[in-house]
Amino acid sequence: MIRLEHVSKVYKTSTRPALEDVSVVVDKGEFVFLIGASGSGKSTFLRLLLREEVPSRGRVYVANFDVARMARRRVPRLRQSIGCVFQDFRLLNNKTVAENVAFALEVIGKPRNTIRKVVPEVLELVGLEGKSARMPHELSGGEQQRVAIARAFVNRPLMLLADEPTGNLDPDTSQDIMLLLERINRTGTTVLMATHDHSIVDSMRRRVVELDLGQVVRDDARGVYGVGR
Amino acid sequence: MRASFVFSEVLTGLRRNVTMTVAMILTTMISLTLLGGGLLVVRMIDKTQAVYQEEVDVNVNLTKDISANDKECTQDTCADLRERLESDPAIEAVTFENRDQALVRFKQIFEAQPEMLKLVRADALPASFHLRLVNPDRPEVISQTYSGAVGVDSVVDESEFLERLFSAFNGVRNLTFAIALIQAVAALLLISNTVQVSAFTRRTEVNIMRLVGATRWYTQLPFLLEAVVAGLVGAVLAIGLLVAGKVWFLDTVLGGVFASGVLSPIDGLDILLVSPWLLLTSIGISAVTGYVTLRLYVRQ
Repeated sequence: MIRLEHVSKVYKTSTRPALEDVSVVVDKGEFVFLIGASGSGKSTFLRLLLREEVPSRGRVYVANFDVARMARRRVPRLRQSIGCVFQDFRLLNNKTVAENVAFALEVIGKPRNTIRKVVPEVLELVGLEGKSARMPHELSGGEQQRVAIARAFVNRPLMLLADEPTGNLDPDTSQDIMLLLERINRTGTTVLMATHDHSIVDSMRRRVVELDLGQVVRDDARGVYGVGR
Repeated sequence: MRASFVFSEVLTGLRRNVTMTVAMILTTMISLTLLGGGLLVVRMIDKTQAVYQEEVDVNVNLTKDISANDKECTQDTCADLRERLESDPAIEAVTFENRDQALVRFKQIFEAQPEMLKLVRADALPASFHLRLVNPDRPEVISQTYSGAVGVDSVVDESEFLERLFSAFNGVRNLTFAIALIQAVAALLLISNTVQVSAFTRRTEVNIMRLVGATRWYTQLPFLLEAVVAGLVGAVLAIGLLVAGKVWFLDTVLGGVFASGVLSPIDGLDILLVSPWLLLTSIGISAVTGYVTLRLYVRQ
């Protein structure tokens, strides 16, 4: 599903590489935590998968796409197969919950009938049935993140990338969000989650890939966040 | 591509950015009005030139004596001169006009300016021969040949006057084109700026669109169309201004001149013929500017 081969990334404005000789393979249906301190390269890792950046060296494969070398016009295809969730939710504040979710389908040209059918389904999946007409500011942080997850998942992507999705949430709400991500993972969707949250990583006991100064320093199949960190 | 989605995005964008949109429309309108005005002047010059080219005359004005006493050109001096002119191979046709006929024609031309008519009495106008030349491009030869002849007061080459008139028109045309160009630069920068502002105010939407895999057309077409719609509105307003300018300014102020046939009038057909060019120019410029701006400033 995801394969990075000896990937390095050096930003023009920096002397130190953001990623250095990183090789990681993630299989279909896996749930993987990507951990590490700020500046360890987690975000760069995710951005490479989305082709927001191209690697300075090495190859990146996502699904069947050779991400670094694919033609620019095929990038939308790649991104349609990846759902994204962020710490700051990134909802459109002038649209309702349902409209926010529908937006993701509208802009890739899905027919209106399909949208009318799948939006309520996915809202039910994330536990927001009955709140489809609310505006984002009328929702709690946890609910807003659910909307964001619904939007990321509504097109049934092969994989979900979550960049610190619980970073703005209290522990209980974070736990709920994790249950939701786990549920999505059980549908066969690969989930890759960058996080700082010790308790979540420790309680889930999933695969952990740890980055430090741009290098992979640990890759445990059923890991914890790490001692003394 | 869902047209309704793109369309609603365009409307939202134009509304959200209304002051910039208005500025963009007005600048485009002024630029295109001037451009259209210039094109109309070109058409007027062409038509007027064509008319005069056919009719460009050399006038041989006769002396006061002949003008006053030989109304039918039967006396020797006048008749000899006429014979000489008629047998000249460079001259195609010769028409005699006596003082009374000259006055009638003068009255026609200055119908709209009665104060001119008051100033002129019949005996101020000379009798004359109007010569139609075989080769209208070379009136100076005739002028040289007959200038000193007996009974000739002066030889007036109308083309000299016309050349001055046309060079004045050309000056007007160049001036309108120059101002149109300057305005076009302003319009261009405004379009570019508006597209940038528009893309910036909607960066959250655009980012989400990019992330969920919307194509470049979906993310950027609304901005491009915003520019094109504004350009189109500007062009339509410019055409409206040209029509208004014709009806309320040209036809009123220059109506007499047009009626006398000194200048060919600008009619509805001229504006109709110029309009598509204004629309095309406007659409072309706004689309290209918008596209280049998006390429340069908005990442995909």
